[in-house]
Amino acid sequence: MTDFAPMSPAATQNRNSDVQKLALRWLLFAMLGLFALFYLMPLFVMVTTSLKSLEEIRTGSLIAFPRELTFEAWRTAWSGACTGIKCEGLQPYFWNSVLIAVPAVLLSTGLGAANGYVIAQWNFRGANLIFSLMLFGCFIPFQVVLLPMAMMLGKMGLAGTIPGLILTHVIYGLGFTTLFFRNFYVTIPADLVKAAKVDGAGFFRIFWSIFLPLSLPIIVVTVIWQFTQIWNDFLFGVSFSQAGTQPVTVALNNIVNSTTGVKEYNVDMAAAIIAALPTLLVYVVAGKYFIRGLTAGSVKG
Amino acid sequence: MVTWFENQIPKVVLAPSFVALLIFVYGFIGWTAWVSLTRSRLLPKYDLHGTIQYKKLFSSPRWDTAMENLLVFGVLFIVISMCLGLLLAILLDQKIRVEGALRTIYLYPMALSMIVTGTAWKWIMNPGLGIEAMVRSWGFESFSFDWVINPDMAIYAIVIAGVWQASGFVMALFLAGLRSVDGEIIKAAQVDGIPNWRIYSAIILPSMAPIFLSAFIVLAHLAIKSFDLVIALTGGGPGYATDLPATYMYAMAFSRGDLGQAASSAMVMMGVVFAIVVPYLYSELRAKHD
Repeated sequence: MTDFAPMSPAATQNRNSDVQKLALRWLLFAMLGLFALFYLMPLFVMVTTSLKSLEEIRTGSLIAFPRELTFEAWRTAWSGACTGIKCEGLQPYFWNSVLIAVPAVLLSTGLGAANGYVIAQWNFRGANLIFSLMLFGCFIPFQVVLLPMAMMLGKMGLAGTIPGLILTHVIYGLGFTTLFFRNFYVTIPADLVKAAKVDGAGFFRIFWSIFLPLSLPIIVVTVIWQFTQIWNDFLFGVSFSQAGTQPVTVALNNIVNSTTGVKEYNVDMAAAIIAALPTLLVYVVAGKYFIRGLTAGSVKG
Repeated sequence: MVTWFENQIPKVVLAPSFVALLIFVYGFIGWTAWVSLTRSRLLPKYDLHGTIQYKKLFSSPRWDTAMENLLVFGVLFIVISMCLGLLLAILLDQKIRVEGALRTIYLYPMALSMIVTGTAWKWIMNPGLGIEAMVRSWGFESFSFDWVINPDMAIYAIVIAGVWQASGFVMALFLAGLRSVDGEIIKAAQVDGIPNWRIYSAIILPSMAPIFLSAFIVLAHLAIKSFDLVIALTGGGPGYATDLPATYMYAMAFSRGDLGQAASSAMVMMGVVFAIVVPYLYSELRAKHD
């Protein structure tokens, strides 16, 4: 290329382009850094605010480090903050969320694995139609089932209960969990199943001995996806719970919007972090699988 | 006999989910559709009265505001998240050594509940103590940033928080797409001396069209379903300035006791979602069969 630039000696041009490259590199890092600040800022503000006293919040700056660390707000958020009339903090609701999420995740993942196995490897007439119906079901806005579900839960005697919320999350999570497993299991050669059948293995035997041992990655992806969805759910939580059975997101919203007494921003922030901690932890520990679930859940049909 | 029984096992395994799907998804959609054609108020009534609820819905100024907000929020949220996500993906694609750490930082908001996001941004944008107060304390006394409590601007505050939450996800999608482009073609183009921006605009981006579509579908879907973010950030207020169809539906169903309006607004929401999603899913499924 430099052959075509007879006017300037090649050496100078190289140096120029080196300088240019370096400048571009710095610009690149500056931009990446600025964006990183944009994404980190709310987390930073939440953490620092939660460690300040109310007095310091009123007089200090939003982005200043706390002058005096106090964990008072965290204690209040966990066990003393008011959600409406009751003042027990987030603690009981945090455990409600655990009680809802753990069984709902396990059940929907197990059912999704079974469904995905059938649809991917035991194709019978109509199985594809069922899969398409499930796929469309993934995309419905839940508002459209909210009213009849409320009535159904009432008829089943599950209105406002934790089992009711578990049932809801299992049913409306099935589409995605089935999708995850089906897409994973179609990549396993059908000849494998044929060979196993010839050897006399049946439906369950093939699942236990061949498919399940291969499934660890997709189980991790599905469990993380479901856990994040269910833990972060607000719509079902606020619609189908009553005082005492609310999940942590609903309680957090009640604490933040409770109008009684002085507005304790530090408590709000501590409560928000507590509510976010489980999913953040999952993300930090298993980010790779989290991203895989996000992209798989949203892209491929 | 044994083989016949064996053949039924897969169907038996799938049956409970299928029944649940028929009742809890399609049956319930049918129920909501039916009720949206009745005069139901506090309790459901089942005698049909035509499109009376839809007429009422479309003449309601509150619903008008909600649909307008959805348009403004949806367009800005999708466009900004896509642009930002793409920019971040391209920046990260320049062989950065700390890429893993940066990716983690850009994407973590996606792990948070919208309620948490809303709570955090409500505090940051709090006029008395948040960004406004901070900039004022730097000496810019007339600086004003009261979007969360300003009826004309509150919807843009929701856009900010929404973009913060979802743009990292778009970045992850695009980054995966950039990485899947055939490296040989890019090398060949570089050997030919084609400048980098041309490689991106003429080779890489066009080959990522399906990813643009996926990102669009997911973001549109998120926008239409947006409920928690609005509840946590503005509560739909001031007044009903930031109502979205989802908050309208919820208010009708659970605080106003107007099941007919709740059902008809839910049906319109589903119509909007399906208008976007069905052609996409249909083409995906067809592509699979061909």
